[in-house]
Order: sequence, then C-alpha cells, then structure tokens
Amino acid sequence: MTDSQKLDSNQPAIEVSGLIKRFGDFEAVKGVDFEVGQAEVFGFLGPNGAGKSTTINMLCTLLKPTAGRATVAGHDVVRERDDVRRHIGLVFQDPTLDGYLTAAQNLQLHAELYGVPSHLVAPRMEQVLKMVGLWDRKDGTVSAFSGGMRRRLEIARGLMHSPRVLFLDEPTIGLDPQTRRSIWGYIRELQQREEITIFMTTHYMDEAEWCDRIAIMDKGQIVALDSPETLKAGIGTDRVTIQTDDNEAAIIAIKDQFGVEAKVVEGAVTFGVPGGEQFVPRLFAELELPIRGVSVSRPSLDDVFMSFTGSTIRDTEEDPSNHRNRVMMQMMGGRR
Amino acid sequence: MTTTSEPTSAHEATADGTIEIVRVSVPRRTFRSELRAIKIVWRRELIRFKNDRLRILTSLVQPFLFLFVLGAGLQTIASAGTHGVNLKTFIYPGILCMVVMFTAMFSAASIVWDREFGFLREMMVAPVRRSSIVIGKCLGGATVAAFQGVVVLAIAGLVHVPYNLGLILGVLGLQLLLAFTITAFGLCVAIRIKQMQSFMGVMQMIVMPMYFISGALFPAAGLPGWLTVLNRLDPLAYAVDPMRRLVFSHLNITPAARRVLDPGLTWWSWRVPALLEAAVVLVIGVVLLGVAIVEFSATE
Repeated sequence: MTDSQKLDSNQPAIEVSGLIKRFGDFEAVKGVDFEVGQAEVFGFLGPNGAGKSTTINMLCTLLKPTAGRATVAGHDVVRERDDVRRHIGLVFQDPTLDGYLTAAQNLQLHAELYGVPSHLVAPRMEQVLKMVGLWDRKDGTVSAFSGGMRRRLEIARGLMHSPRVLFLDEPTIGLDPQTRRSIWGYIRELQQREEITIFMTTHYMDEAEWCDRIAIMDKGQIVALDSPETLKAGIGTDRVTIQTDDNEAAIIAIKDQFGVEAKVVEGAVTFGVPGGEQFVPRLFAELELPIRGVSVSRPSLDDVFMSFTGSTIRDTEEDPSNHRNRVMMQMMGGRR
Repeated sequence: MTTTSEPTSAHEATADGTIEIVRVSVPRRTFRSELRAIKIVWRRELIRFKNDRLRILTSLVQPFLFLFVLGAGLQTIASAGTHGVNLKTFIYPGILCMVVMFTAMFSAASIVWDREFGFLREMMVAPVRRSSIVIGKCLGGATVAAFQGVVVLAIAGLVHVPYNLGLILGVLGLQLLLAFTITAFGLCVAIRIKQMQSFMGVMQMIVMPMYFISGALFPAAGLPGWLTVLNRLDPLAYAVDPMRRLVFSHLNITPAARRVLDPGLTWWSWRVPALLEAAVVLVIGVVLLGVAIVEFSATE
C-alpha cells in the first residue's frame, strides 16, 4: 500500500528523456522525450519498424535502454525494474495466454506470480472478467476462445494486479472492426473506472482518435505529439484528391498555376489546400487538364502523419526497413 | 458472446452493492512471494499434464515396448545366461529409469512450447526471480515424470517383482531424483533452443546414447574397455545401478544369478555404494539446475 501512494497526483505516470536504443550499429530509438499524465490514454503511432515496440519494451523493462532514462509510475525502468513491473500491466502484440488452461486459471496464475494477496484474488478476478464480458466463460479452456475473446482476456489479466499503467502493444491487431470497437469501449471504460494510465501503440490511424494525446513516431524519433484534434487543426488544410489521365502533368500544372505541391498517393494526385471546397471550382475552371474525379476530405490523422513523415502509413509499411522490426523481434527471442 | 453487453450494468452486478472496485496492491518481492511463484509454476505443469491424456499414454509406449516386446522376444536366446531369471525381470529396473527419463525430457520441452506460444513472456515480465520460474519448472517436470514412474512401478507383479513397501519407496525416491536431474538437463538445453523440432532432435541424440550406455539393458561388468569407460562417465549409470540393486535385493534368486545380473558399478574394482551413486545423480542435477538458472536469467 505504502509505495503505491508514492506517486502524487501531479507527477506524470511516465517520464522519458533522451531515450536511445541501439541494436548493433542500428539505432532503433534515437533519443525520445515525452511525458504521459496520470489517467491519460496515450497513443504511440507509427508504421512497423518506427521504434514503437522498442520504446514500449524499454518502458516495460523488457529491454535495457542504451542511453537516456525513463520512469514509469515513479520508478526508474533500469534501477527499479521490479517496482516498475509491480505497477504495470502488459498486453502484448502476440498472445501470451496458456491455451491449455481455463480463463480463470490463467488469471489465477498471473495473480500468484504477481503476489496478489490471496483473499483478493477471487473478487478481483470476478471484477475484471465481468468488465471484459467473460465472466460466464471463466471455466472455458482458452484454446477454444476466439481472437477477440483472447484479447479481452489478456486485457483482464493485465488488470488483475491493479496496475497504475497499462501497456497495450497493438491491442486490436488482427481483429475485425466490430471487435476492435468493443475492445476500445473496454479500454475507455477501464481508464475512467480505474483511473489508470493507458499507453498503447497502434498503426491503425482511426484508432488513434480514441486517445487523449498521440505521439507520432517515425524512424526512431517522435515527430509530433499532441491531442488528435490539435494535430488535425494544425494541418490547416483540407486534402483534395483528383483523378487524371496524366498524373505527372497534373502535378506540374498544379504547381505552376496554384503554387501547391501535389504528389501521387495510391494512384491519385493528392494535395492539401486551405478551404478545399472553395478551391475545387477554381481547380476545374483553371486547370487545363481533364479531371475525371475529385474528392475533398477534412484532415485526418493520416494527413497529420503524412505531413510529418512525408508518406502515408501504408507506404511506409512497404518500406524494406520493415525487416528491422523482424530482426529486433528475433533478438528479443519473441515470435518466430 | 456478450461483446455488446453494457459494461456498467455488468459491473453493478459484480459490486453487489458492497464491492466498489477491488483495488489490489502488489507487495514487494519477498522469499514467500518467490515460493508462491515456484508453487504456481509447478502446479501449472501438473494441470497441463493432467489435461494432456495423450501424453500420459504416449510416454508409456516406449518403455512398455522395451519391456514386453524386447524382453519377451530376447528371452529365448537370453535364458541360457540369466540363471533362470526372466529377461523381463532383469530389464525392469532399466525400464523404471527409462519411463522417468522420457517423461522428464518432455517436461523440459514445455519451456520451448511456452516460448513458441508466447506464454514464456508472461512469466518473464512478472516481478519474480527467473530462478523461481526455473525451479518451479524443474520440480513440476520431476513430479510429472515420477507419476509416470508410478504407472510402471504398478506393473511390478507382471514381471515377477514383489510389491514391497521398502522397495516401492526406494524406487520412487530414485525416480524422483532421476526425474529432477533429467528435467534440469532438459531445461539447460531447452533454454538455448528456440524450436521444438530441434529440441526433440537434440534430446534424442543425447538421451538415447546415454540410455544405452548406462547399462539399463545389460549388466555393467565385463564390457569392452571403451564401453566400460563410457559407462562410468554416463551420469545415468549412477541412477540405473542403484535401481537395479534395489530391485534385485528383493528378488528371490540364486547368488550366482545375482552376481552375473547385478554385478554393480565399480570404480577401479571398488564397488560404488548405492548412496554415493544417488549423491552423484543429485549433485549433477543441482549443478545443471544452477546452469539453467544462470542461462535463463541471462536471456533478455
């Protein structure tokens, strides 16, 4: 009890300064700084290989930073590793449940490993299982659970010991949209009910909207950090996408006539202008090229991402730098 | 499924009006919390074993084949040299060791499974010592292997070995000891190997020769020189010999037969006492467990 009060209400739940991680001569995380407030839902956004998982692994004490420091729930991730571990819950990208055991046995095992006082194990288990809607399946063997149920069970397990900070590494990856939405429902509810700090990574742009604040990470650095609304407002432009027969010519013409830099994204010419709806009539009147289609959209986090990194998240994923991530996973002895 | 059920109402039901939020606070690590971790890792091995009936059966196939097929098959040509003792009776102590060995080997493999299926991570990030995990695994593997040993022990009557309390307790003790050492050995290997197939391959490559050389299937006297040397170096020989001594001391056979079939393990013609032999197995087991702990703690 005593040291769980160690964290006073003004102290950030996570503090990171100058954090660096190198694997050989490859620098996966190139000196990041940020703070996460208590009871905040903080999203870490970026393509695979951007350094998200490496950062989260350092915060979870699974990897030792090469340089810099980080505290989680008031404890240093290197010097007070066990204290950090007692105060965090983890839900990994890859499943870590024991499929041979029942849901209740998995939670029991977790509680025993974390030293949850025996008399609290049963009530806490009931509570977390009800929270994720799995109470009626508590005696079901996990191997018979669907992907969504397993993920919910993992979230419940991560909460068994009332962590101060819950780390979710791609919590909704590989799930269908409906299940993803319900998982988010649980996460938000949980954050309100337990006043827990949630730190998560995702590469689904639409999910980042659920976060209080997001950090966009690219090539080992944080390139933007703010609330989704502020980031989107900061773009100040709408995204106009046009279909033409000659994209190259269209890009040159747009540059010459309107002074706007356009580029080809997924086969269509895309550019950002303030007041996109007012711009479209001008475009049709003045551009001396046939336009076959047009669309205008309000800035999304995709645009935010693009404006900071110069590519969409999907483009980046095609990048060969992807394999870094795999190399790292192997070094971690993670999945195979 | 209740994916869309309102969490609020579900929660009210939990609360029953009494419990608001069950806040748990995880205490600092203590010796007792480590013991608790060891116990739960141990128990998990037992639960998994209990649920895996196929494994219970498959690990008995090989020992039974050796005992009843090989034993019965070779009986005709062996009877001249066994002084009237049935060959099945002769190899029975070896089979008591064999069943334990194979089960223990499989138990150690569970760490490779755990890695493949991700569960190892759950244990690695818990605020407990890595040594607690290894010790729990090792004790779990040993217990499971001893269970299998009991099955073979139960059929003693079929091979003309009497049911005697002293004998049963002695055999159980030796089986536990052997199971512990083999599991510790398996863990040392399993921690380094990431794939199941390679683990099984490596274990077969090491364990089968060890088993054959140990003298489980023949008396360890009057062997060719090279085999005698290998036999004395084989840790398994120090489990097989006391096992055979124990079983033979409860058989009603002629002294001549005993001399031939149970000559005992010697160091430069000094007959090594059974307790020393057991101590050798124990020391090897403890050292291997230490190695496994060091290796496991070093993995990130």
